[in-house]
Amino acid sequence: MSRIRLLVGTRKGAFVLTSDGTRKQWEVSGPHFGGWEMYHLKASPADPNRLYASQTSSWFGQVIQRSDDGGKTWTPPGTKPEDLMGPDGTPKGESNMFVYDSSAETGKPLTTHQWYDGTQRPWEFKRVWHLEPSPTDPDTVYAGVEDAAIFKSMDGGRTWKELAGLREAKGSLWQPGAGGMCLHTILLDRNHPGRIFVAISAAGVFRSDDGGKTWRPANQGLKSQYELPDPDAEVGHCVHRIAMHPSRPNVLFMQKHWDVMRSDDAGESWHEISGNLPTDFGFPIDVHAHEPNTVYVIPIKSDSEHYPPDGKLRVYRSRSGGNEWEALTNGLPQRECYVNVLRDAMAVDSLDPCGLYFGTTGGQVYASADAGDHWTPIVRDLPAVLSVEAQTLP
Amino acid sequence: MTNDEGMADLRHETAEMRAMIRVVLPHHLRSLARVDGEVTLEVLGPATQRSVLDALEARYPMLRGTIRDHVTRTRRPFLRFFACEQDLSHEDPDAPLPDPVAMGEEPYLIVGAMAGG
Repeated sequence: MSRIRLLVGTRKGAFVLTSDGTRKQWEVSGPHFGGWEMYHLKASPADPNRLYASQTSSWFGQVIQRSDDGGKTWTPPGTKPEDLMGPDGTPKGESNMFVYDSSAETGKPLTTHQWYDGTQRPWEFKRVWHLEPSPTDPDTVYAGVEDAAIFKSMDGGRTWKELAGLREAKGSLWQPGAGGMCLHTILLDRNHPGRIFVAISAAGVFRSDDGGKTWRPANQGLKSQYELPDPDAEVGHCVHRIAMHPSRPNVLFMQKHWDVMRSDDAGESWHEISGNLPTDFGFPIDVHAHEPNTVYVIPIKSDSEHYPPDGKLRVYRSRSGGNEWEALTNGLPQRECYVNVLRDAMAVDSLDPCGLYFGTTGGQVYASADAGDHWTPIVRDLPAVLSVEAQTLP
Repeated sequence: MTNDEGMADLRHETAEMRAMIRVVLPHHLRSLARVDGEVTLEVLGPATQRSVLDALEARYPMLRGTIRDHVTRTRRPFLRFFACEQDLSHEDPDAPLPDPVAMGEEPYLIVGAMAGG
């Protein structure tokens, strides 16, 4: 019987939640890395026991952790005895070394971006927000970081190299949003090798068709009249999350700061699908595992309030690819609920019926084993949840 | 001087330039390095903050980047270095450590700065 493993990152550690395919009884392990901010954990689709995790701290900076046994044990890549020595005899320990590419070989200077006061400021690494393992190679993994950039490792996370062409996509005009200038979404298109989409707050969506060497903005149709002096600027849009169904990679869904959007041409153009949502502000967006036209969002009242409208925690589902949305409330708190759900904190499994999961800033992780019709809390009192990923295991 | 005498001098000199330094890490770095309590490091050459941190990172490579920046080797802003009731955080990293630290009588403390209210 299939099993589900949820990888939950929180402000104070990581938790692994497991269940059989009924998704009724859950075992909770953790906290792993207690006290550290665990921005994201994700498994390799090519090897379900290979997990990557981003561990960060204001005091100690970035650490990358890797598990090769499904989360039982973890090691920073490249720190096992056989990994230690570099050519000069010194330990390498480079798995947390994210250095922007300003090498002579690539000719990429360390560029600058806009700062709040209008001046230009050089890129400065803060943390890894998102890890995206390759669908085919367990040792290849991408990292989305703050200040916004994408890094790639081809040795299981031991070393990282920036795909610096992204910063040439009008990077001097990018500017941090309230949460920092972070690259938080990486979508790898399995059907078009070399095609990568990334999303950055507050710069927008960017697309590469050559494996990350060159990039171009993919924001046509986005309108940000409350955030930008030019509402339909080429870059500068505060994109919160994008999602894709693997069987239909040219269709993208987006939760923007305000507005839920859709593209039917791989990001060439976008149109709004907010329809009858009570508010079109929010963070996560995801697609049903078996129905490419079924989309989920969690509306949040506004950018200053960051809690659900009317104190009611509601997931909204559209079965028509947008515009027509229904509230899913069964099992979710419908009074006095003022939590938020962050951009990386919703996930789907691939069982039938499709399972859906999300975590809140109040520490609850909710699960639905029937595509959102009914919900149950798996845990209620974790630290604030930053990310949720679901693995469907044989 | 025979070759044997020369080797003996070299051995003596090397032994003199070796120090056993006690280092106390903050809780989260002890967890990361998988050590309990303080660690003892053999430092070759003069015992300075730089040589101690180099030895620490050589023994525990998972600590690289968590105390000093990988490239600039500067101290992370929210960490402090204490010894003998002194804050050494802003001292020259190549200055000799206080004698009690160099002699292994007192530990070198790596401390997470206080944060909160």
